[in-house]
Amino acid sequence: MTKPANELSMVEAGKMLRDHTLTVQELWDACSSRAHARNPELNAYLELFPADGPAIQAAQKRIDTERDTAPALCGIPLAIKDNILIEGHLASAASQILSNYTATYDATVITKLKADGALFLGRANMDEFAMGSSTENSAFGPSKNPHDTSRVPGGSSGGSASAVAGHLALAALGTDTGGSIRQPAAHCGLVGLKPTYGRVSRSGAIALGSSLDQIGPLTKSVADAQLLYDVLKGHDPLDATTITDATYPAPKIKEKLIIGVPYDLLSDGIDEDVRATFDATLARLAEAGHTLVSVSLPTSEYALPTYYVIMPAEASTNLARYDGMRYGKSTTGKNLLDEYLGARTEGFGPETIRRILLGTFVLSSGYIDAYYRKADAAREVLTNEYDEAFKTCDVIAFPTTPAPAFAFGEKTGNPVSMYLEDVFTVTACLTGMPAISVPMGMVERGGKQLPIGMHFTAPKGAESILFTAGALITGEALY
Amino acid sequence: MASAEDVQKLAALSRLSIPEADLAHTAKEFDAILAYVGKLEQLTLPAKYAGTAGAVRNVFRIDGEPHAKGKHTKALVAQFPDKEGNYLKVKQILSHD
Repeated sequence: MTKPANELSMVEAGKMLRDHTLTVQELWDACSSRAHARNPELNAYLELFPADGPAIQAAQKRIDTERDTAPALCGIPLAIKDNILIEGHLASAASQILSNYTATYDATVITKLKADGALFLGRANMDEFAMGSSTENSAFGPSKNPHDTSRVPGGSSGGSASAVAGHLALAALGTDTGGSIRQPAAHCGLVGLKPTYGRVSRSGAIALGSSLDQIGPLTKSVADAQLLYDVLKGHDPLDATTITDATYPAPKIKEKLIIGVPYDLLSDGIDEDVRATFDATLARLAEAGHTLVSVSLPTSEYALPTYYVIMPAEASTNLARYDGMRYGKSTTGKNLLDEYLGARTEGFGPETIRRILLGTFVLSSGYIDAYYRKADAAREVLTNEYDEAFKTCDVIAFPTTPAPAFAFGEKTGNPVSMYLEDVFTVTACLTGMPAISVPMGMVERGGKQLPIGMHFTAPKGAESILFTAGALITGEALY
Repeated sequence: MASAEDVQKLAALSRLSIPEADLAHTAKEFDAILAYVGKLEQLTLPAKYAGTAGAVRNVFRIDGEPHAKGKHTKALVAQFPDKEGNYLKVKQILSHD
C-alpha cells in the first residue's frame, strides 16, 4: 500500500477491496481511527458512530462473493451531513432545537447507500439548518479547514468538506441550497457537485429552501463524485419534485468542449491570484483544443439579492414546523404561545432568526410584490439567459469563490459580506442547473497554501458534461 | 428604515421573541440586508416575465396500501416532549390566561 487506506479515493479503495489487498474492516478502522484522532481539533463530525460490525461483515461478504459485480460503494465509509436522516441516529441540522431529535426513518439517499453496502462514520457538522458559508453558525462550534486550521472550511457543508479533506472519510454527502457543497469543496481542495434540481431525492433531508435544496457528493476526485452521484440519483415517489432520466434530453459528450466565460462579471471583486489561476487554467484548456467563448449573463448581477429574498422566504416557511410540540427542544411556559416562543427563541441561533425575520418580511402583504414576486420573476429571466447562453457553449466557467478560505471571525460581524461568499454559486440553485467545483490550484495566504476551485455550470440533466469538464482540470480518466 | 417596533412585530409574526437589548442591533442588521436585496428595485423586467407559473398538475401519490396500524407509533411517541400513554400532551389551546 502506497498510502494509508483513509487517504485513498473511493475508486482506489474499491479496487483494493476487490484485489483483496485491503479488507472492509481495515478500511473502516483506518478512517475511524483517523477521525477519532483528528476530530477534537477539526470538529468535522458532531458525532462519530461506533463500528457497525454486521454491516462491515455483510459488505466484506458481498465483495468476496460478488467480486467485480458488487456495488461500487460496498464497504466504503462515508460522512453524512447532519441534516440527512439516518434511522435511529440523532439528526440535529447543527441546531439546538433538534439537538435531541432521533431520526425515525432513513432519507432515500441513505436507503440507497445502505442497499449498496456503504458505511457511515458519523454526522458531519454544518451551519445551523444549512444557513451559512463557514460553519460558524453551527450550534456546536465551527469545523476547521485542514489546510489551515485558523481558517473556515466553508459552509454550510463545512464538516463534510473538513472530514474528506482531512482524510477522516473517503467521501461525504452534503446539501447545496446556494453553494453549500461547492463553496466548501473549493475551500478544502475537493470536488463538489450540486445535481440538477430534482435529480436526487430530498426525502429525509431537513429542508431549508425547497425550490433550491439538493443533496450531492463531496469527494477527492471527479470519478468519485460521478460514482456517488450515480447511486444517489433517480426518481423517488417520496419526493414529488424528483425527475427521471427522460425529463431532460441526454447530453452529447463531445471530445472538445465549448466553454462559456462571462468575462463581464469577472472584472472586479476577485482576488488577483485567483483570477490569474482561473485565466491560466482556461488557457491550458484552450491550448488543448477546447474553445473559449464570451457569454453574456447580465441579470447575474441581481442573482444574490434574488437568492436572499427567495431562500429566507422558503426558510421561514419551512422552519415554522419547529415549535417544540412533537419533537425537538421544548420549554415550559404559562400558555401554549409562551411555549412556542420559548422553544423557537432558545432553539434557533442568530443567523436562523435573522433569516426567519427576513423571510417573514418579504412575504408580508405590503412587501410581497416588491420583494418576493420581483425575485421570482428575476429568477425566470436569469434562467432564460442561461438557456440562451447554452445555445453557444457546453458549460459556463467561473471561479467557485472570489477568494480562498477566510479566517474565523472575519465575516461574522457583517452578514452581507458573508452572503457574498455565494456570489458565483447561487445562480445554479436559482436556475436549477447542475454545477461542479473542482480544485484548480493553490494560492498563498499567511504562509499557507490554500486551495481554490473552478466552477462549471451545465444545462439541466447534463451532469455528464460536468464530469468531463471537471476531469479536464484534474487530469483524471473517468470510468 | 426598520424600527425596533417593526422588528418586534416581525418577531411576533414569526413566533420569536427578540430581547429588548438586541432590538436596535437587529434592526440595523435588517436594514443592511434590505439595502442589499433592495438592488432588485433597479432591475427592469420585460413584461412577459411578470411572474409566470408552471402548468398545474397533481404531484400527490395515489393512495396505496397503508402501513400496519401502530408500526411507527413507538418511535414517534418516543420523540414527544410530554405525553400521556400514546397521546401527545400539550397546553390548553384556548385558555383564559
